[in-house]
Amino acid sequence: MIRYLFNRLLQGVIVLIVLFTLTFFLVKALPGGPFQTEKAIPEHAKARMEAYYGLDKPMPVQFVKRATNLLKGDPGVSFRLEGREVSEIISQAFPVSLQLGLVAITIAIGIGIPLGVIAAWKKNTILDYSAMALAMIGICLPSFVIGPILADRFGQKWEVLPAMGWATLNPLFWILPAITLGLVSAAYLSRLTRAGMLDTLNQDFVRTARAKGVSQKDILIRHCLRGGLSPAVAYIGPAFAGIISGSLVIESVFALPGLGTHFIKAIETGDEPVLTGIVLLFGILIILANFATDLLAFWLNPRLRS
Amino acid sequence: MIRLFQLLALCLAISACQKETLVEKANREGIFLMGNGAEPKSLDHQMVTGVPESKIVGALFEGLVGDHPSDDAATPPGAAESWTHNEDMTEWVFKLQPNGRWSDGAPVTAHDFVFSYHRMLSPALAAPYVEMLYFIDQAEEFNKEEITDFEKVGVKALDDLTLQIKLKEPVPFLPSLTRHYTWFPVPRHVIIQHGEMSDRFTDWSEFPNLVGNGPFKLAVWRFHDLIEVERNPYYWDAKNVHLNGIRFLPIENPYTETRAFRAGQLHTTYRLPTDLIRDMLENEPEQLRQEPYVGTVFIRFNTTRPALSDPRVRQALSMTINRSDYCEYIAEGYTPATSLTPQMGEYSAEPMLEFNPEKARQLLAEAGYPDGEGFPRYSILISRPAARAGAEALQAMWRQHLNILVDIQNKDWGSYIGAQQSLDYDMAAAGWIGDYLDPTTFLNMWTEGNGNNNTAWHNERYEQLLDEAAVQSEPARRFDLMRQAETILMKEQPIAPISWYARNYLLRPEVKGWYPLLLDNHPWKSVRLESSASPSISTE
Repeated sequence: MIRYLFNRLLQGVIVLIVLFTLTFFLVKALPGGPFQTEKAIPEHAKARMEAYYGLDKPMPVQFVKRATNLLKGDPGVSFRLEGREVSEIISQAFPVSLQLGLVAITIAIGIGIPLGVIAAWKKNTILDYSAMALAMIGICLPSFVIGPILADRFGQKWEVLPAMGWATLNPLFWILPAITLGLVSAAYLSRLTRAGMLDTLNQDFVRTARAKGVSQKDILIRHCLRGGLSPAVAYIGPAFAGIISGSLVIESVFALPGLGTHFIKAIETGDEPVLTGIVLLFGILIILANFATDLLAFWLNPRLRS
Repeated sequence: MIRLFQLLALCLAISACQKETLVEKANREGIFLMGNGAEPKSLDHQMVTGVPESKIVGALFEGLVGDHPSDDAATPPGAAESWTHNEDMTEWVFKLQPNGRWSDGAPVTAHDFVFSYHRMLSPALAAPYVEMLYFIDQAEEFNKEEITDFEKVGVKALDDLTLQIKLKEPVPFLPSLTRHYTWFPVPRHVIIQHGEMSDRFTDWSEFPNLVGNGPFKLAVWRFHDLIEVERNPYYWDAKNVHLNGIRFLPIENPYTETRAFRAGQLHTTYRLPTDLIRDMLENEPEQLRQEPYVGTVFIRFNTTRPALSDPRVRQALSMTINRSDYCEYIAEGYTPATSLTPQMGEYSAEPMLEFNPEKARQLLAEAGYPDGEGFPRYSILISRPAARAGAEALQAMWRQHLNILVDIQNKDWGSYIGAQQSLDYDMAAAGWIGDYLDPTTFLNMWTEGNGNNNTAWHNERYEQLLDEAAVQSEPARRFDLMRQAETILMKEQPIAPISWYARNYLLRPEVKGWYPLLLDNHPWKSVRLESSASPSISTE
């Protein structure tokens, strides 16, 4: 177990180093650069700005400097929101993305798992078909279609929920973006749960339990749920990280102050410090989520422990 | 499923029926809610170049001369109560408001203005918009380190409340120019608390350190969420400020912004997508504003390309643009351009642009491409999906009238700008917004070596006329010289102007003291909310 943990940690560090190096050189390869504006900046001023940020140095020198600063715990200063620390930007935006992600994954679990269980339980009935059809729609309809439709209906037409914006303490602002974001994961979860549950329901021990006269409810919840949820659980971890890092479209549709907006703007403006900061954060999140998923799988499936 | 949605909607409606919309609440509180397009790069106005920044800076700071709510040409007092100039308009003296105060209560003095211009011109600060101050005598030399003694630059505090500005040439529009944020003061006493004068981006311009001399002061700043300003009790004209605060929301997606407006979350939008104009005209025309804006849409030609180096070819391409069709179907609300510079004040350029396909074909034949034969296959460079419709219209017009084929090349913003600056393009869909109300803001850029020219075109006579105009202090003669220069530009056509800008946006009827303005700088102190005028915004 310890050896396994150590291996995972080492892999994580290697992944982060590769991520940083790739992101750094890719963003530098983008055309444009951080000080390219519509109205031309005088050459001498531009040269000064580049010198100020060390952008006039050769690429390897810049890379070593950035890497050293990062190791010292200094993620740098944004080029786009000039003068603002990357840590300040992330510490404002990450809680929004995290909160939105938590609400969205809760919605996804709350809808997806019961739907999957019901579909498996009532296999090949109208309930099963409707649940799976719904899931298919959820998978196929992209969030940039669902988001504007929800905002248009609930926000603009019926005026019952805010059409955009974010308020940390007002749940009314969370509902539409979280539903939009959670629906796709809910759809996947319901299909995975159905498959996992069906697999378990066909096992011998279920037949034995039935023969012993155990009630249907007990079979489902006490005997099958733990095993049947394995595929779904394996999905939840990465899905949660994906929800947090993949809310770019939702943030634009609902004008949310999360990481996605900074991410896109950083790419558009060649804002390397912010971009690498966010990429590394996403990297850490995904590594942690996978790790948590592994631990959960250990707990759910005793055979893995050996 | 639909039932479920309806049920959910009903529940929410019941829970929300007692609730007022955000706009209604803001009306009650005297807070103005504004869609502001994008997150500002900074609120240090000496370090920015954008329009979203200018709206917020206009609430936090004030220049020497104020903005009039409805008259572009008027020059009401701002941080200065009065001003005089010498006969040839090269030397100006501004008398500051005796009770001018920063938002921390410190007096606004002429020394603050001298400090501000010193800071902006300091080479180490590398202010991106520094050229706006080059009108001042020796300013350019100081900024380019040709002189190092700031004493020689033409700004001086004669006493605490008297500022003298010496210019390198007559600038009759100086009062209008000082309304641009590059001319606004910065608080010396705060800046030196947070670093050296020419340090880039110290935290003086962040909340809660920022101190301004405008009608409002900074109250909240959350990235990509909102910037809120509240009344500045020390403002010299505080009794005439109507609003209690303004919330600037950096909504980048124009469709999201429009939805927010219609859902009662905004008093005004930053823009309105063209494809929603008709819908607004049909359903809520009283909220739609279509106003002239001092800017021009044009096609930029790379005159180093063999065919495009011939003025006859450029003229032929320009003559086959049907500008009235373009404005009717593509750029709604815009006006067909008859020259580069839109009408501003006393200046109007000769109407030179015409739609004449027959003459165009003749010109193209003279240039060696009869019926478009042998004409190279060039492309139009664009950077936004919204520009595609316009480029396609040009594609069709040139094919129909000149029998030539052009492609459309879409690049991301950085590559689009970079391609033009390095002359790595054929033709580019472009535009220019004036910084101040004088034709020089449109004409000076087409000179040799200007960073915004990007056509490789230059003309000695054109530059000579502009130079002559620059030293001319008699306004009519000055404009006449500029008109002659513009005529040369429009004969040579390194650019083909298509339309003059309009601003399409939404504004709620309870907003008062807000009138059409060419530069779109609505003085915040004049804006007020009349909540009784609030109608239902439901469209059904």
